[in-house]
This record gives sequence, C-alpha cells and structure tokens, in this order.
Amino acid sequence: MTVDLAGATGRTGGDPGRSGRAGGEADAGKKRRRPFGAQPLGILFSAPYLIFVGVVFAYPVIFAVWMSFHDYFFTAPGAQVDRPFVGLDNYVTALTDPDVWRAFGNVGIFLIINVPLTVVLSIVLATALDRVVRARTFFRVAFYVPYVTASVAVVAVWLFLFSNTGLINNVLGPLAPNPSWLVNSALAMPTIALFVTWKGLGFYILLYLAALQNVQKELYESVAVDGGGRLRQFFSVTVPGVRPATFLVVLLSTITGANLFTEPYLLTSGGGPNGASTSPVLLIYQKGIEQQNPDVAAAIGVVLIIFVLVIALLQRRFVGREES
Amino acid sequence: MRSKIVTYGVLTVGALAFLFPFYYMVVGSLQTNPDTSIAGAFPHPSNLTTENYTAIDGRINLLQGLANSGIFTGGVILGTLVFGVLAGYALAVLKWRGRSATFALVLLVQVVPFQLLMIPLYVMIARDYGLSDSYLGMILPFFINSTAVVIFRQYFLQLPKELFDAARIDGAGEFRLLWSVALPLVRPALLTAVLLTFIGPWNEFLWPFLITKDATMQPLAVSLANFISNIAASTTNPFGAMMAGAVVLAAPAVALFLIFQRYFTSNDLGSGVKG
Repeated sequence: MTVDLAGATGRTGGDPGRSGRAGGEADAGKKRRRPFGAQPLGILFSAPYLIFVGVVFAYPVIFAVWMSFHDYFFTAPGAQVDRPFVGLDNYVTALTDPDVWRAFGNVGIFLIINVPLTVVLSIVLATALDRVVRARTFFRVAFYVPYVTASVAVVAVWLFLFSNTGLINNVLGPLAPNPSWLVNSALAMPTIALFVTWKGLGFYILLYLAALQNVQKELYESVAVDGGGRLRQFFSVTVPGVRPATFLVVLLSTITGANLFTEPYLLTSGGGPNGASTSPVLLIYQKGIEQQNPDVAAAIGVVLIIFVLVIALLQRRFVGREES
Repeated sequence: MRSKIVTYGVLTVGALAFLFPFYYMVVGSLQTNPDTSIAGAFPHPSNLTTENYTAIDGRINLLQGLANSGIFTGGVILGTLVFGVLAGYALAVLKWRGRSATFALVLLVQVVPFQLLMIPLYVMIARDYGLSDSYLGMILPFFINSTAVVIFRQYFLQLPKELFDAARIDGAGEFRLLWSVALPLVRPALLTAVLLTFIGPWNEFLWPFLITKDATMQPLAVSLANFISNIAASTTNPFGAMMAGAVVLAAPAVALFLIFQRYFTSNDLGSGVKG
C-alpha cells in the first residue's frame, strides 16, 4: 500500500533514488535532483489541506472581491443572470452609509478597551499563576472555564447579571447607570468589550504562561541583587521578556474584535441601542443576508480586511515584531 | 511572605470573577422566581425547581440540539485529526518541494478572520451547492483546521530524527512510520488537539446560524440563541429558562475540560500558536 502510493508520487517525480529516500533526507544535493523533493509523499499528505485552503479560503476571498465590484444578488440555484461590473459603486454605497462608519467606530471603542485590558490582566494573572505552587490547578481551571464555554451560554448569564434589575445594579444601588448597561448608548459597547475580555482572558493567560517559561530566571536574581523589588522585576524583566507573546496577544485580540458578532447580536439585541454597539460583521450579516445585498456586504468585508491589516501593521510598529 | 499574599489575593479575586457567573448560571437555572438581590445568589431551598429545564425543553428540543452539536463537532474533529495529522507530519518530517511555502500558507490562513469570508461562503455553500440545513454544510468550512496543523507539526518536530531514519532503513513506508512510530509517541498531543478543536465547533454560533433555518437541524448554540432573542420573553421565567439552556450548552464542554484539563497545558498551546 505504502510502496504503491510512494511509487505513484515518485513516478511523476522521476525517482532514481527511491531506495535512498531514508539516507537522502538531509542531503541537499540529492534533493535538488528530484523535482518534488526527497520525499514527494509530503505533497500527497498535504494535498487535502491545500485543496481545502483553495476551496474554503482562497476562492471565497477572490469571490468576495469579485462580488464587491459587481451587481450581485441572490438567485435561485442555477439561474443564469447577468451580474454587471459596477466599479466602485458598492464601496461608495458602503462608505457613504453612516451605519458603516458607526460600526467601524464601535470596533475602535471595543479595541481601545479590550486590547489594553486583555494585555494587562492576562500578564498580571499569568505572572501570579506562574509564581504559586499551591492550588495552581484550581486557579488555572477557573481562568480557562469562560474560554471553553460557548459565548451563547455565557451571554445568557450576562444578560441576567447586567439587566435593568439585575444583580450588578442591585449591588451598585444608587450608583447603577440609568439607562442600564446594555440599553445605554454610551455603555453598551464598553460592556460588550468587558464581556469579550472576560471570556477570552483564559486563552491569553495560557499564552503568557508559555512565554514566561522562556524568561531567564537569572535576570530576576540580578535585579534582586541590584535591590529591585517584585514590581521592579515585573517591569524590567517580565514585561520585556514576554514581548513576543504581547505582540501575538494584541494581534489575536484585534482579530477577535474584527470578528465580533455573537455578543452584539445577543447582548444588545442586534447592536442596539440605535446602532451604538453594531459591529462590522453584524452589519455584513444584516446587509448581506437580511437585506439581500451581498455585493455591498462583500465590499464592507473587503474594507474590514484592510482595516485589520492596517491595525496589525500599526501594532507591529508600536508593539514590535515577534522575534523569529 | 507579603508578596505571596498579594499573589494569592490577585489570583483569588480573578478566580471569583471568572467562576461567579457560572455559579450564578446554575443558581439562576434552578430558581422558581428570579431573585436578583444579593441574597438571590444564595438561593433558598423553597425557591428551587427544575421547571426551567422543562420549560426550555418544551420550546426548543434540547436533546435534538445536543445531538446536532455532537454530529457537527464530531465531523469537524474527524477532519481536523485525519487531515491535520497528515499535513502536520508532512510539514515536520518529510522533505518535499513546496514545504516552506505550504507552512507560510498555514500561518497566513490563521490570521484572516473566518467571518470575513462569510458572504462568499454562504453564497457557495447555501446557494450554489444547496447545503443549507445539512450537517455537511455546517462542517465544511471547519473541516480542516490550520491551527491544528501547526500544533501537529510542532509535536512531530519534537520527535528525534534518528527514530525515523532507523525505521526507514528497516524498510518502513511513510504511512507505516506515521501510524506505528509517530502517532503513538504523540498521543497526549492528539488529546490536546481534540480538546482545543472540540471547543470551536461546539461553541460556534455564526456559521450554523446562517445556514440552518430548520429547527431540527440546529446545533444547541443556535437554538438557544434563537430562544434568547425571540422566544424567551413569552415564558413565565425567561431568565430561568435561558440559564437552564445555558447550563445544558455549557456542561459538556466544561465537563470535558475538567476531566482532561491536565492535557490542556500552556506549553503545548503556546508552542502551537507561536509556530
């Protein structure tokens, strides 16, 4: 079985040295003589993945860009219709829509709250977790539980906690905001940002815990010898030491922000009040599927990709690139 | 000593903030009348009931939803494991032309948010292929997981090269090497990958929400979301019923995580994500 498959792949590769496959692994010279490399079976092993990426990733991206430049509408399957090229019309429609600007502004608010909060809380909690021995498992489990639980399930609790007569307002008493959290246009988006921070923090703590293993322990000692306390050690050893992880955390939480859908859809009944917590993905859903304008929705999607890339590049400048 | 106390203090406050909503979810699901006062967090026995579970089961079919979630998740895990292991093995162990380009592609795919592909995928899968309200349509976009490919590659990279060379000299083919040498050595890693990929489809909302309109095909996350946004208001204790549904949806993932949490380690995941 194995030999047959190897032979089949090798045939296209012309395999004078198939018997030497084992020895040829590290031999660059031999590799060059074989058009598909020393072990062309790798292509076969990766083929399902590559086909998958082509069908579910590359083609949809191209299709989305194509759609955004054409007058695209839903039809019955197989119907032959004309979908004329309309240039930038869909982009003009999208970018002259105040709702679209609002949605991107909302992501901005989300990121300003979510990203720093995520970085600070996860770095502090990971450092604390890294130091303790007792009850370590308990704390780890506690921190990861929101991460492994479905958003839809925990959204239900937050709705209960943050409702007008909910526990949070009961605890706050006269300090409770009016109108209440999720129906308050100034607080709806910050509340969503808080929810997402809480929900995802476990994952980022995990990343920082891994990064902390790479921080040299001697550095702490040398700071201690110089008379630096815990705080000093934290800022001059831990924080710079986990910088690559910080870059990753910032990038991933930005992507999460760009993907925001479930939370505004459920927590604020579709991005309310009055669009104060609408996200671009929610808007893509509303315009594309509810209002049947997939071409405009695709244009918003393309703008969103550009938005993510620009933010990622800016962050790369400020947070610094991951050392590789 | 003082820093120990501070450390434990920070961790305890954190743990409370993380766990309290779950505790409150269970309490809320068991209350006859929602009690949102501070005392309500410590429920009185006379206010306890399982009515909320019956109430939500009457509106959405919990068992059917769980079964749909299970099939969806199972399909995704199957594809992730089989094709993720193959690709990860090829990227870590085999030398072939296009290997580094493929790995670059794996990393690139992870950075672009799936949601951005939502409209074209919806048109393709629901409109062109007519796969809405089918398990295949739900599974297809998640069938192979790039993060899993990276994780598997990372594990296979850690195996000593000599092992493979020795087996190859003994005449073992690559499939045999993968199946009888490499896989048994990374078994704990497989479990981690299953745990990590389980969370995704089990908790996924947007995609199945888009392509399932038929209530009997909806995963539990979707039917619970529909209940929250459309139906809950018409039940006698809407929050209680919502909490009950939330407990049913949360329980399998949390239980699996609790049982296997020692496999859910930072190094595995960290190295996986860092590539």
